[in-house]
Parts: sequence; C-alpha cells; structure tokens
Amino acid sequence: MQEEAEKEKMVKVYIMGREFEVPATLNIVKAFEYAGYRFIRGIGCRGGYCGACATVYRFKDDYRLNFALACQKAVEDGMYLTILPFVPAEKAKYDMNKLKPRGTVLLELYPEIARCVACNTCTKACPQELEVMDYVQAAIRGDIEEVANLSFDCIQCGLCAMRCPAEIVPYNVGQIARRLFAKYIAPKAHPTHARVDEINACVFDEELDNYIILAKEDIERLKKIYVEREIKVG
Amino acid sequence: MERGYPDYMLESIELVKNTRERRLKEIPELMSLEEREAILRQYHPDYKEGTKRTVKVGVNAGEVMPNEVADLIEAYPLIDPTQIDLSMIDFDCDLLIIGAGGAGLTAALWALYSGIDVNNIMIVTKLRMGDSNSKMSQGGIQAADCEDDSPSLHYLDVLGGGHFTNDPELVKWLVREAPMIIQWHEELGVMYDKDEEGCMFVAAGGGTCRKRMHSAKDYTGMEIVRVLMDEARNLEIPVLEFNSAVELLMDDAGKVAGAVLWDMEKEDYTVARAKATLMATGGFGRLHVQGFATTNHYGATADGLVMANRVGARIIDMDSVQYHPTGSSYPEQIVGLLCTEKLRGRGSQPVNKYGEEFVYPLEPRDVESAALIRECNKGNGLITPTGMPGVWLDTPLIDILNGEGTIEKEFSAMYLKYKRFDIDMTHDPILVYPTLHFQNGGIVINERTSVVNVPGLFASGETTGGVHGKNRLMGNSILDYCVYGRRMGIYATEYVKNATVGKLNLDHVTKYTKLLENAGISKERRAPILLPEYRGERTISHALPLLG
Repeated sequence: MQEEAEKEKMVKVYIMGREFEVPATLNIVKAFEYAGYRFIRGIGCRGGYCGACATVYRFKDDYRLNFALACQKAVEDGMYLTILPFVPAEKAKYDMNKLKPRGTVLLELYPEIARCVACNTCTKACPQELEVMDYVQAAIRGDIEEVANLSFDCIQCGLCAMRCPAEIVPYNVGQIARRLFAKYIAPKAHPTHARVDEINACVFDEELDNYIILAKEDIERLKKIYVEREIKVG
Repeated sequence: MERGYPDYMLESIELVKNTRERRLKEIPELMSLEEREAILRQYHPDYKEGTKRTVKVGVNAGEVMPNEVADLIEAYPLIDPTQIDLSMIDFDCDLLIIGAGGAGLTAALWALYSGIDVNNIMIVTKLRMGDSNSKMSQGGIQAADCEDDSPSLHYLDVLGGGHFTNDPELVKWLVREAPMIIQWHEELGVMYDKDEEGCMFVAAGGGTCRKRMHSAKDYTGMEIVRVLMDEARNLEIPVLEFNSAVELLMDDAGKVAGAVLWDMEKEDYTVARAKATLMATGGFGRLHVQGFATTNHYGATADGLVMANRVGARIIDMDSVQYHPTGSSYPEQIVGLLCTEKLRGRGSQPVNKYGEEFVYPLEPRDVESAALIRECNKGNGLITPTGMPGVWLDTPLIDILNGEGTIEKEFSAMYLKYKRFDIDMTHDPILVYPTLHFQNGGIVINERTSVVNVPGLFASGETTGGVHGKNRLMGNSILDYCVYGRRMGIYATEYVKNATVGKLNLDHVTKYTKLLENAGISKERRAPILLPEYRGERTISHALPLLG
C-alpha cells in the first residue's frame, strides 16, 4: 500500500511560469519532458557529468534562489523551473609548452580574479558543492596546486560565472590551474615513460604478433595461455 | 544525513551489515570459461528470445541484430535528395569530423600535430563540444605500464574478455599504444591520480589480470575530455555546435565526400564538402535496447552507424550489447546511471537482499551482469517502489578495506550523486541492477581507421566494432577513443594529402530508399533519430508541425 501511494504521488511545478502536475519521482529534466518539452539546449549527459543542465529554481513564496543540476534534482511541490541555454564566458588562449607554472601566471591570464570581493556567492551557486571562492582566492595567491585540487570536481556548468559580481569566470581559472599542476608541478609518471621507451624499442612486438597468429590459427592454444596467465590483482 | 531508503530496504541493509565481516574473508570463486558460457546463455539479455531479428536491407542484410538497431537500419532517410541543393557548398574542408567527444577531439588534435592547417578541419556536433559518453566514463583507462605488467598481458585480457571474438590486429595497437597515450595526456596536463613520487595509482577491473586502471578520481573521462576541449579551444579548431550530420555525401568517384548537416535549432540544412570524413559519433545507449535504462549521453543514438551503413560500411557484433552490471536502481531519479566498476575494483561486493554474496565481484561485465539478473530472477533482489529490481552493492567495504575517507576521496562524484538523495554510501550499500552501457560492435575499420570498403570514410571510438569483440572490459573504452581517435587524425591527414573530391551526389540515399520500398518497409520509420523521444504521450500523439 505504501509503495502504491509513492508511485502515484504527484507534485505541482511551474515550468517557465506555466503550471504542470508531474510525478514526484522525476528529476527536473524528466519533469520537463513529462510535461511535453523536448530538450536541445540545457541538456547533456543526463548523468551529472557535463554541466549542461545546471539551472536555478525558486519555491513559491520564498525569496531564495536555489541551484542544481536538473538531471540530479528531484522535483518538489511548488518549484519554479527554467533552463539555462548557454553561459557566455571569456577563456584565455595559451600555449601549454610556453607557460611557466610561476605564482603570477593565473593573474596574468585572468587579471580580473583580483577583483574578487570574497562574497562567496560562487560557492553558494556551485551544484558540485565546491569551495569556489577558496580556489579563486588561492589563484590570487598563486597557489596553483590548491586551485587544481579544490576545483577538481568542477563540471564547468558556469553557474559560478553567472553569479559572480566581480565578473570572474572561476571555472576557466580552475581549468588552466589543473593543467599546469598536472604538466609541471606533479611528479612525472615514471613507470609510464620507461614502458613507452620499451614499446618504442619493439620489446613486446614478437609476443604480440605471436598472439595475433594464434588468434587466427590456433585459438584453443591462446585460450589455454589466457586461462593459465597469473592473476595478480590483490 | 537522513537515510534516504524506505523501511523495507533499511531492514535488508541490516542483513547486509551482519554478513560484512564474514564476506571480508570469503569471496566467491572466479568462474571457469565453461561456467561463464553457461550463465551467459541462460541469463544475459543478449540470449533472450524475441529481442532480435534478421535485417532485410543493406550491406548487413541477412544478419541478426537487436530489434532497436534493426529499426534504424530498416528506416527511411530524414532528407529527400531532390530537396537538397548540392551546388551550394557551405563548408569546404579537408577533414570533416562528425562528433566532438573523445574520439573526435583527439582526432582533431592529432590531425593538427600531423601538419594539417587548422582551417582545413571542421568538427560538427549535434549538441555542444564535448557532449559524449567519453565525458561520462568514470573508472579509468587501462594501460600496461607497471613493472609486473605488459602489453602482452593486456592483450590476453582484452581477447579473453571479448570471448576471443575481437579483431586480433586492432587489439594489438590498442594495448601497444596505451602507455604512450598516458604520456601524451600528461604532457597536455591531464591530472591522473598518482602518489608524491609520481607512481601512478592503478586499480583492478573485471577480467584484468593486473591492476592497470589509471584514473582521475571517478571523473576520468570528464577530466580527459575537458582538457581536450581546452586544448581545441586554444588551437582555435573550428567547431560547429548544434549541427547534426544527417546523411553522408558521395562524389562521382564513389568516395565519401562530406555530409549534409542539419541545424538542430534553426532547422535548416547546409552542405559540408570534405576530402575525408571522420565518423566519431559514439554509441547507441539511448535506443534503450530491450527497454533497459542506460548510462549513456542524451545524444547516444547511433546516428553514425546508420549513415555509414547507407554508404556501404559493414557493421559487426551488433548482436552483443554491453549491460554494465551496476547501474543505479534506486532512487528513481537516477535509475540506470553508472556506478563505476572501480567500486568493485576497490573492494565492494554485490550481495542479495539477505546479505549473501553470489558472484565473484570482478567477472567480465557480461558475466557479472548475468549473475545479477539471475539473482533477481530467483527473487533474491529487492523491488523498488517504482518497480525496479536490484541487489546491493556493499560500498562501505571500500572504506573498511582501504581506510576511512577512501570513498569521499576516490569516488567524489559517486558520493555526491547519492548524497543529493540523502544516501550515505560510506555507511549504507547502494541498490544496483544492470544497465545498458556500451555498443560493443559497430563499423568495421582497419588499424588505420579506414572504414573497410568505403574510401574517404574513417571511423573510431564507440561507433566502431572489432576492438572489443562481443564484450568490452572496463577501462578500454577511453583507451579505444584515445588510441583510435589519434590514429584517425594521423591517417586521415596522410590520406587527404593526395585526395581530391569530385562532383557531389546523394545517389546512395535514393538507392537505399528503393531497397526499403522493395522490402516493404513501413514509411513511418525514419533515421538517424538524432535525439531520443521522451515527451509525454499526450504531447506526442497530438503534436502538429504547424510552424512548418
């Protein structure tokens, strides 16, 4: 009985001002579709990884503005819903091989970060719950590693940039910081480079080519080699 | 945090907790090849009767495919060739890349590295740059770069996982070039997980004999694609967004010579002429084969498969569909979304509603999925309030085995996904069921990514077949789009140096339409479908194109 009740529960939402009744089990994206809308903008992976459906909503009789990924947020009674089709944002152009990971590089590429007034509006807008303001502040200080780590879960939805009163585009600052960190500051992946050298020296080609021949001519022998290979994943 | 489960699920969770200590020591054994074969035949959806049919038209006529794929092959073109003015060329380029996910972006970058002028490339995508399954892959990318590992062992794993149905040549380049891809990514600035000495963090995956899964938390695909996008923007590679290729163009010498593009927003068409056309359109999850929920991107509708097939590209292994063992089964808002295999790679186990384990946690994906379906069919799973079956994936084991905080650190995407619905996966297990995940088969290519028997056409990534045979292992899809996307950029650039384009035509479309008519196919079915249809029934049944 309880299960039945939950299945049929409907809520009232306002899609771009128009009232619709939709099942309570839907997320915001599915609620639009249930109501008859077909997405081209404001939609992407539907799995919380692409940032395309980041949106804002309000409840009836509530002054607060809320933020969410429409594909990851359940509808609730009285929600006022919309889609955000695009975020205009300036991105710096750079040559990764010429940039130096010095403290001032982020300020040089994005001088407007110095205008941050530490109001924390960006952080409050982030549907990934990142400490956006903290990484903008770290960017001003030139702490590239801190920016890289704090911004790592960013899906580049752009809500921070839309809300920033200082007109900063935090997510682009995070992007270059992560690339600088990974390329210049983090230690080099040593086993990888040695293996690439071995592969370039054709160390494995004889064995691989032998397997190709077996795959074409003696599959049972290859299956035996497969089954008998040592498994070391512990 | 509240516990976002109904009471009957909380009761079952108590049973799961009670067996946890025992299950830390007793893990079910790996199946033999014969046991794998038997469980697949009995429980894997690929073997279910009445879900496939023989295709009647085209180069694949006479072959068996899932009904949903056959529906696309046996479908009329969206455009009428007599309405398309091919004398007006809107875009003229050397390389037309269709799709802006991992394969398309990688191909574009390597085409540039190979010496092509940036203005001779054009990428088109029906949604935004980067929109793809590539961005959604979580767990990692395989590369045999550790000391006790080798490309040869990786090779064996790929073939064994694919039940020895893979193209043996394609697998060689996949495994051979894997470490080089990791190195290239590092030069670009992809932030892989590694320790303070630079030692790469590696995990196991289903069907692998070594730990070789490289990751960027559980955002691996997203991290790679956002770097590729950033680099494509730095290099000012032309990208035409919200434009979908709807049909390939041919020239009078029988070569593929570009595509007719349809603007998704303005609803008008343009003609793009190209010396080489590169198909990077991804997979087919949004076809919802057998009604399964999917992990896939909104745009994963197999458009490239349809277009390529109409110009004579053969497609293979479409009879096998990859269901990922662990899609979310609860709550309803996230049904079908991916719970990365890395969760099992780091120690979580599937258990039934009584808290009992029933399968080795890291079988190849098809085998693991079959085991989950068997358990639910036996009545040992739970049924959610909206009717979804599911078994528990005992995630708290991860922190028990690897230390507190491991989940929040390594699986921050997954942790947040559940936290949004008041579920703390560090304390409670999550409910899962197999979900439609990957197109194992696809367009037949050679190791230079040339589409076999179709001059002028190249393809790479999920839209192609052969690399993974009839079952892909975890971590080989990112690797596939990197290795073969790169090769596509290099070899297509080499090809266009001596290529010419003749007079354009759409004769193949007219011919294909005749074939369909002769086979008595209903006129209502049209493809490519571009986007899935999720609107409410009332809207669909009453829709009218009054604005034209």
